[in-house]
Amino acid sequence: MNNPDDAQNNSVEPAEPIITINGMHKWFDDFHVLKNINLEVRRGERIVICGPSGSGKSTLIRCINRLEEHQQGTITVDGTELTQDLKNIEIVRSEVGMVFQQFNLFPHLTVLENVALAPIWVRKMPRAEAEESAMQYLERVKIPEQALKYPGQLSGGQQQRVAIARSLCMNPRIMLFDEPTSALDPEMIKEVLDVMIELAESGMTMLVVTHEMGFATAVAHRVIFMDGGEIIEEKPPHEFFENPEHDRTKLFLSQILHH
Amino acid sequence: MAQNHTTHGYAPGAHPDLPPPVRTTGPIGWIRANLLSSPLNITLTLLSAWLLWSIVPPALNWALFDAIWSATDRKDCWAQMDEPRAGACWAFIRGSFRLFIYGWYPEPERWRVNVAFILLLLAIVGVLRDNLPGKKYWLWFAVAFPFIGAWLIVGGFGLTPVGTQKLGGILLTVIIGVTGITFSLPLGIALALGRRSELPALRAACVIFIEFIRGVPLITLLFVASTMLTYFLPPGSTFDLLMRVLIMVTLFSAAYIAEVVRGGLQGLSSGQYEAADSLGLTYWKAHRLIILPQALKISIPGIVNTFIGLYKDSVLVLIIGMMDILGLGRARLNDPDWLGLAPELYLFIALFFFLCCFSMARYSLSLEKKLETGHAQ
Repeated sequence: MNNPDDAQNNSVEPAEPIITINGMHKWFDDFHVLKNINLEVRRGERIVICGPSGSGKSTLIRCINRLEEHQQGTITVDGTELTQDLKNIEIVRSEVGMVFQQFNLFPHLTVLENVALAPIWVRKMPRAEAEESAMQYLERVKIPEQALKYPGQLSGGQQQRVAIARSLCMNPRIMLFDEPTSALDPEMIKEVLDVMIELAESGMTMLVVTHEMGFATAVAHRVIFMDGGEIIEEKPPHEFFENPEHDRTKLFLSQILHH
Repeated sequence: MAQNHTTHGYAPGAHPDLPPPVRTTGPIGWIRANLLSSPLNITLTLLSAWLLWSIVPPALNWALFDAIWSATDRKDCWAQMDEPRAGACWAFIRGSFRLFIYGWYPEPERWRVNVAFILLLLAIVGVLRDNLPGKKYWLWFAVAFPFIGAWLIVGGFGLTPVGTQKLGGILLTVIIGVTGITFSLPLGIALALGRRSELPALRAACVIFIEFIRGVPLITLLFVASTMLTYFLPPGSTFDLLMRVLIMVTLFSAAYIAEVVRGGLQGLSSGQYEAADSLGLTYWKAHRLIILPQALKISIPGIVNTFIGLYKDSVLVLIIGMMDILGLGRARLNDPDWLGLAPELYLFIALFFFLCCFSMARYSLSLEKKLETGHAQ
């Protein structure tokens, strides 16, 4: 459905940056988990972050909506700098959607309630309007018929699509995906990736932590490779896969591509 | 093996769903599996049957078939039996029934207790039933009930005041139980959240409170309520004994509720907090909409367990001289007309507590079932 060359030729348009990370460091107690991260993401840009486990890639995107706090450097999201200021954190979180590896749907609420909850309580949208909008997003991820079920009654792939609809219903400007297909059974990965590809085509700014290299080739403008808490290499997908520069990148690619 | 041969008759992918072998299901299967599965099992089954046979019929004879329901005193009671004490003398309980319920509440004002009790039942129904029209107003009524109830019982504001020392019996037991349950749940939730707070001062205060209250026996707290509290209050101020007891019982049970709720909060995966955060919900909204509904659901068995404990522990107030159902009953045992009828009295009190606590336990079970929505996350 998507021509890989589109993304390839689609060298990043000169749009203004929406996320700017400058000299950012993070520690878990004594453990230096992110080291001197510098990253600029432009509006509409799609970035895939990969790397071995423990390389800090999840932590990096979790810093962008302040699920993790950084200790040094600056992170600015759409003009709002992330600091201790709770007001700023709220602003950023209402503009940044996040999809988790474990879906993290609210099991005590129906699918429709899951999706409509944040618009009602954060955006103060009237309930009827929020539910109508929630239904539209459920249709977009192709599960409107599950609206009145509880998450526990759905398959993993369906739950992840509900989670995507839940984030989209807040009308975010940026979407973060933290290994969205890693907890899925193999036959369900495609239905989630299809939704993500459709979202990419709509022009959403996306940061995706994933090992789905097919997805990276199809939609990413840039692939970022992280190891040991550092950004080792960042390149357009074709260059990244065909001409990796660093030895660590080559080793990682050989491990995930030849198995 | 015979089964195996027949399965060979099906083409791959065409095997139908077969019923299980008859001997493993149905009442006969159940009896075989549960009562007669081994020699030891058979022995235990026979032993249990013999025990039931030798205990149940005599007990029923004493409590029901040979029991006397109306008599003027115990001699009269025994005179009506084939031999003295062959049956229970329920006439004793019947004769003292109004005292057991109302304590010394003034006769002409007892309608207020009845009204309060009916309102209590309505409040309970309003909270527990889901599909009531105007559920919101029922809940507001339930929130207001403790104050309406207190006004009806104690009086003032247009009603004749009734001193709290006149309260006794089941009325007093229910007042302590209902007050403790109503106020300890919100207080316990607040303490549990405080204990998990990121503000060190608040967290320390909650930990100290919870650990202190849990570390002291309830009786000690009640003695504190009845004697020491006056030292801490400004001189000349009077503070009703019942009020002090209610506060102590509430605090005591709140500390336990707090720990039960904390367990529920810890049972939630961190993903629930992160999902709520990532959607931009504030702390209070996340807790109200996402965290507490799930944590309280997990905590239902523990919360109800604490409530049942509180309800039964209310009898400890007899140690500081308050006449709840147990205290009043024991006082009635000294009545010369009814000496020696302790078994009847204690059975009656046991039955009263059992009915209250068993209904709470059943309700908690049905609530758990109702809130079940498939796999927890």
